[in-house]
Amino acid sequence: MIPPILSVRNLSVSLPKGADRPYAVHDASFDLHAGEILCIVGESGSGKSVLSSALMGAVPEGLSVTGGQVLLGETDLVPLRESQFRAIRGRDIAMIFQEPMASLNPALTVAAQIEEVFELHADFDRAERARRARALVESMHLPNPDRILKSYPHQLSGGQCQRVVIAMALAMNPGVLIADEPTTALDVTTQAQVLKLIGELRDLHGHGIVFITHDFGVVADIADRVAVMKHGEIVEIGDARQVLTAPRHDYTKALIAAVPSLTPRDRPVLADAAPVLSVQKLHHAYGSVQVLKDIELSLPPGRVLSIVGESGCGKSTLAKAMIRLIEAKGGRVEVAGTDILGLSSSALRHKRRTIQMIFQDPFGSLNPRRRIGPMIARGARLAGASAAEARSRTESLLELVGLQKSAYWRKPGAFSGGQRQRVGIARALAMQPDVLIADESVSALDVSVQAQVLALLRDLQQRLNLAIVFITHDLRVAAQISDEIVVMQKGEIVERGTAAQVLGAPQHPYTKTLLEAAPGRGTF
Amino acid sequence: MRKAILPYLANPVVVVGALLSFGWLFVAALAPWLAPYDPIKTILPLMQPGAANPAGGIFLLGTDMLGRDILSRLIYGARTVVVFATLATVTAYLVGVTLGLIAGYWRGRVDAVLSYLANVVLSFPVLVLYIVIIVVIGSSPFNIVLAVTFGSAPAIFRIVRGITMDVASRDYVAAAVTQGERAWRIMVFDVLPNATGPLAVDFCLRLGYTAITIGTLGFLGLGLPPPTPDWGTMVNEGRGMAIAFPHLVIFPCLAISSLMLGLSLLADGLREVSDAQGRRT
Repeated sequence: MIPPILSVRNLSVSLPKGADRPYAVHDASFDLHAGEILCIVGESGSGKSVLSSALMGAVPEGLSVTGGQVLLGETDLVPLRESQFRAIRGRDIAMIFQEPMASLNPALTVAAQIEEVFELHADFDRAERARRARALVESMHLPNPDRILKSYPHQLSGGQCQRVVIAMALAMNPGVLIADEPTTALDVTTQAQVLKLIGELRDLHGHGIVFITHDFGVVADIADRVAVMKHGEIVEIGDARQVLTAPRHDYTKALIAAVPSLTPRDRPVLADAAPVLSVQKLHHAYGSVQVLKDIELSLPPGRVLSIVGESGCGKSTLAKAMIRLIEAKGGRVEVAGTDILGLSSSALRHKRRTIQMIFQDPFGSLNPRRRIGPMIARGARLAGASAAEARSRTESLLELVGLQKSAYWRKPGAFSGGQRQRVGIARALAMQPDVLIADESVSALDVSVQAQVLALLRDLQQRLNLAIVFITHDLRVAAQISDEIVVMQKGEIVERGTAAQVLGAPQHPYTKTLLEAAPGRGTF
Repeated sequence: MRKAILPYLANPVVVVGALLSFGWLFVAALAPWLAPYDPIKTILPLMQPGAANPAGGIFLLGTDMLGRDILSRLIYGARTVVVFATLATVTAYLVGVTLGLIAGYWRGRVDAVLSYLANVVLSFPVLVLYIVIIVVIGSSPFNIVLAVTFGSAPAIFRIVRGITMDVASRDYVAAAVTQGERAWRIMVFDVLPNATGPLAVDFCLRLGYTAITIGTLGFLGLGLPPPTPDWGTMVNEGRGMAIAFPHLVIFPCLAISSLMLGLSLLADGLREVSDAQGRRT
C-alpha cells in the first residue's frame, strides 16, 4: 500500500464565539494519494473552504485550528509557524482560488508573476526562470504563449487567467494541489476546458488534488473520490462512482436528488393564446459594440421562456432593456398591448406594474435597512391598492411564497439567501404583473434551495397564469422550468424552440457546444 | 434598538466624546441656573480666578477688563456656540444632502453643473471665504449661518453624491424603479438611510469645525455683535492683556478645545464602531 501524500486526521477548526455553531470544521479525516482527485463537496456554510484554508495554514481571521493533524508525508503542518509554512506553500502544496482575476497581481505581467514563484523557492538564473515560465504556460494549452507571458491580467479572459493561476501553482511541481471552486466563476465551455486540464495534471503528472466544489456535475466529471460535508463534518466519503450512484448518507441522497436534470420536464401543452409579451427588433449598443441585435421574442400567458447564454452574450442587457432599466437604442417591447419603450417617463411609471423583475443577488436586491413587509406592500400600493388591501395582500403573498406572516416586520438580514429570493418574488408579485423577468434568480442559491425556489416559481406560474422570461446560464435550470428555450450568443438569438427540441436535438453548433460542456452530463 | 446602541456605549472613545459634547450641551441648556452672575453685567474689572466678590461669592475664573464674570460668560457662550454651530451645520446638511442626492442619482448634466459649482467653492480656503462673505454681507447671526452653509455644503455634497452613486447602482434601487416608485422617494427611503453611518461621523466632525469657525470669526472681530457672550470674541478681547492676565484667554480657549475634542472623539468612536459592525456583516 502506497502511503498517502496528504493525510488529514481529526482536524477541527473553531469558529469565533457567537457564531451559529462552535466549529467551522469538526473532526475531519481523509487521505489523499498521488494521482488522485478528491472532491470535497458541500453547500455554502458547510466548512469546505475553511477546511481547504486550514490545509494551507491560512485559516481566516478569528478562526483557529483546535485539534488534529495535517500530515504532509511525515511532517505535521498544524504546529508549524508562519515562517516555516511559507517555505512549504508553493513548493510542496499549492492553492488555486475561485476568482482568477483576484488572485493575480494586476500591475505585473504574467511572466513576472510566474517567475516570482521561482525567485521565492529556487535559485535559477534569469534565463532559466524565463525558460521554465514559458514551458509552464505552454503546458496549460494557452494559445500564443509569448503574447500571454507579456500580457497583464486584464488583457486575458477569465479562463486564461485561471490557467495562469494554475501554472503558477504548478511552478515548483508541488505534490499537492488545493483547488477551491476553481471553475465556479467561469463559463461552462471554459469550465470544461479547465476541468480537462486539471484531469491531465492528475493523469500525466501524478499530482494529488483536493478539489472543493458545490457542483455535483463537476464532481461527476472529475472526481476519483468524494467527501461530502455538512455543517463542518464529513458525512460521507468514498469512491466517486459509489457516492454518486449509491449514496449512503441521507444528506448526500438529498443533495444528489436536488441536482436539476438536463432532461426537460413534461409541461402541460397549452392552447395557443395571444402573446402577452412581444419583443420586436430590440437592439442596443455600448459605443460601437452591438450588444443586442434585432431581438424578437413572443410569449403567451402561462408560459416560461428561458434565455440561455454565457457571460457577455447580452442576456442581462436584454432583461434590463425590456423592463427599461436601461434605454435601448431601438425596437418595441409590448406588454399586454402597450409598447413599454415608447412611453413617457410618467406614463411608464403607471405601466411599470405590468412587467416585473426578480433579481440575481438575493443579498443586493433587498434594501438592508427596510422591513420586508412594508417593502412588498409598497409595490401593492403603487399598483393602486389601499393601505389595508396592500397589507393583507402582502401577508397572503408571504404565505404564498412559503414564508411566515410574522416575517412582515423583519429586515432582510434575518433571512437566508433562499428566503430572500422568496421575498424578492413576493415583491414582484405584489404588483400583479403580466410578465415576470427572472434574471439568474436561482444562480446564487445552493442546489437544494435552488430546487425549492424553482418548484415555487413553477407552482406560482401555473396558479397565476404568469408569463415568465427566465434568464440563466445554466442549461439544467432551464430544462427544469422552460416551455421554450432561446439560446443567445454575442447579442444574437442563434437557436430557439421548445425545451425538448433545443436540449434534445440542438441544431446550432453553439448550442451543441453548450450542451456538451454541461458538467456531469453522463451522470445526471 | 438596545442592541444597536450597546456597542457604542462599550467604546471608551465614544463615551468620553459624548460626555464632553453632551456636557457642553447640558451647560448651554441650563445656563441661567448654572451661571453665578449675569454674563453682561460689569462688576469688578480684572479680578484673578478665585478672587472674592466684595458683594459676596467668588469669581471662580476671574473677571474681564470690563468686570464681567468669566465663568458666567463661558456658560452663556456655550449657548451661542451650541445654537449657532448646530443651526449652521444643519442648514449646510440640508443643502448638501439634497443636492448630493440629486447629483448622485440623476448624474449627467445636473451632476456636472452641481459638481462644478461645488469645486469652485471648495477651491477657496474656507476661512478666506468666510471672511469675504461676512465682510460683504455684514456680521449677524443669520449671515454667519449663511456663510457656514455656503462653505460647508459643497463638502457634504461630495460625500452624499459619492454614496448615492454607489447605492443607486444596487439591485434594490432597480427594484424600486421597476415598482414605479418616484425618484425622490427612492432617494429618501432607499438611498439616504444607507448613507447615515458616514454622515453621522461627518456631522460630528463638522459641528466641531463650525464651533471653531464661529470662535475664529469672533476672534477676528467678525462674530456676533457685542455684548453677546462668545468664546472667540472673549479670546480676542483678552488678547492684549494676555501676558499680565492669562486667565482672560486660557479659559475660553479651553472651552473651545474641549468641545472640539469631544466632537472629534465622538466622530472617531462612531466610525470605529460602525466599521467594526460593517466587518462583521
